Amino acid sequence: MEQQYLELPSEEVSENGESLTVEEAIANLRHEELGKRYYAAWWLGRFRVNIPAAVEGLISALEDDSDRTEDGGYPLRRNAARSLGKLEDKKAVPALIKCLESSDYYVREAAAEALEMLGDPSCISALIKLLDGGVEVAVLVPGKPHLVQPYEDIIEALGKLQAQSAIPLIKPFIEHPVEKVQYAAARALYQLTGEAVYGEYLTQALDGDNLQLRRSALMDLGAIGYLPAAKAISETLAENSMKLIALKGLLEHHLTINSKVNTQKSKVESQLLLSDEAIEVMTLMDSLL
Amino acid sequence: MNNQLIQAVEKADSSQGLIDTVKDLAAAQIEDAIPMLITVLGYNNPGAAVAAVDGLVLLGETAVLPLLEKLDGYNYGARAWAIRALAGIGDPRGLDLLLDSAVNDFSFSVRRGAARGLGFIDWEKLSEAEVFDAQQRVFLTLLQVSQDPEWVVRYAAVVGLHGLAKAVEVSAPKWLEDILTRFEEIIDTDTTLAVSARAQMAIADLR
Repeated sequence: MEQQYLELPSEEVSENGESLTVEEAIANLRHEELGKRYYAAWWLGRFRVNIPAAVEGLISALEDDSDRTEDGGYPLRRNAARSLGKLEDKKAVPALIKCLESSDYYVREAAAEALEMLGDPSCISALIKLLDGGVEVAVLVPGKPHLVQPYEDIIEALGKLQAQSAIPLIKPFIEHPVEKVQYAAARALYQLTGEAVYGEYLTQALDGDNLQLRRSALMDLGAIGYLPAAKAISETLAENSMKLIALKGLLEHHLTINSKVNTQKSKVESQLLLSDEAIEVMTLMDSLL
Repeated sequence: MNNQLIQAVEKADSSQGLIDTVKDLAAAQIEDAIPMLITVLGYNNPGAAVAAVDGLVLLGETAVLPLLEKLDGYNYGARAWAIRALAGIGDPRGLDLLLDSAVNDFSFSVRRGAARGLGFIDWEKLSEAEVFDAQQRVFLTLLQVSQDPEWVVRYAAVVGLHGLAKAVEVSAPKWLEDILTRFEEIIDTDTTLAVSARAQMAIADLR
């Protein structure tokens, strides 16, 4: 997810590192050098090689036992999970659900994010299980830079997957001490309830004095397409590239809803109906180029 | 007074302090500030650079030659900001640089700024004989940029073509038709909804 925020050209990524063919990358998932396996798993996601052999290879890599960090983490499993999220093949869902029980926090995080991207509701109960104990147990792991569970990703996934049953479990997280978890809760609750109060919560976060948090709120507003935030997005202190991504999210969300309303019309005809709000968003985007 | 504003930028001892002093200097709109504002573009402080670009754009044509002179051998980040300042000013003396940057720069934020800038060139500053040739180059370049791999650059190319279309509506109706045709292609084929919508908005405005 981080990649898209950087002002790096997409061309450059392929020039760095090793260039591979699809066959080589799939074969390298079992290469004797662990570094090559790790790179191949990333590469298949980066170039969205969504062919069955790649998906199967990555699913097998979710059970890898050879690549371990000093404290017991599974680097290859993490990369494989991240890539499976990008390949849009729901065959990966059961294996990713299993990863939610991994002893490695970063495998659980990658799996929750991938499950959000795949959009298959069969993972909802497994995600909800990770919220067990509520805010009270959602504390930092001593000596680690993360909480006991990847709450941000879990909550965002539940919102995206329209997990209505999770609403009462997510609500308390809007008062979690970590701001990004609060934002994830607001984002999910907006998606689940459509109540403006949660959109406004994120809009106000654009006024905060921490750049990282403003960026985070920008991405959340873009993801939920909260139209009343358009002006605040254009004015917050952050990179224009990120504001443009957020405004694009608002615009496209709005256009998609509008064209659903006009299902009788053809694609071109429905786009002819640009609302005043859509034009306002585009005018703001023009000013940020 | 002017001198004090410049000295305040020189003396700023924090990132936020630099941003604040550059904002003040930019708002003063004084010609003497140009070298300082251009220097700030090289400080690797995005907040200050944004304020300096705004200041240079406000100053307009008097900033163009100093910007062009300073560009050679400047560090990459500073070049990118300078190109964005030239795009904002729209002076035709920056045209060659914008044409090149819109297609060839490796950073999409520079390509995007240059593409937009190409649509808002101050054509009245050129002689009639020069205008046709220059507009043709802008037209062809923007058609090419409208196929950039980055959505935001294609969006900016549509904005640029929209601006050019308004400039040539009366003088070169043939181009206007060609631009409208390109917009229709974009609406039918572009994979990014926001880009199609922007082309749609341009057509609604031009027809």
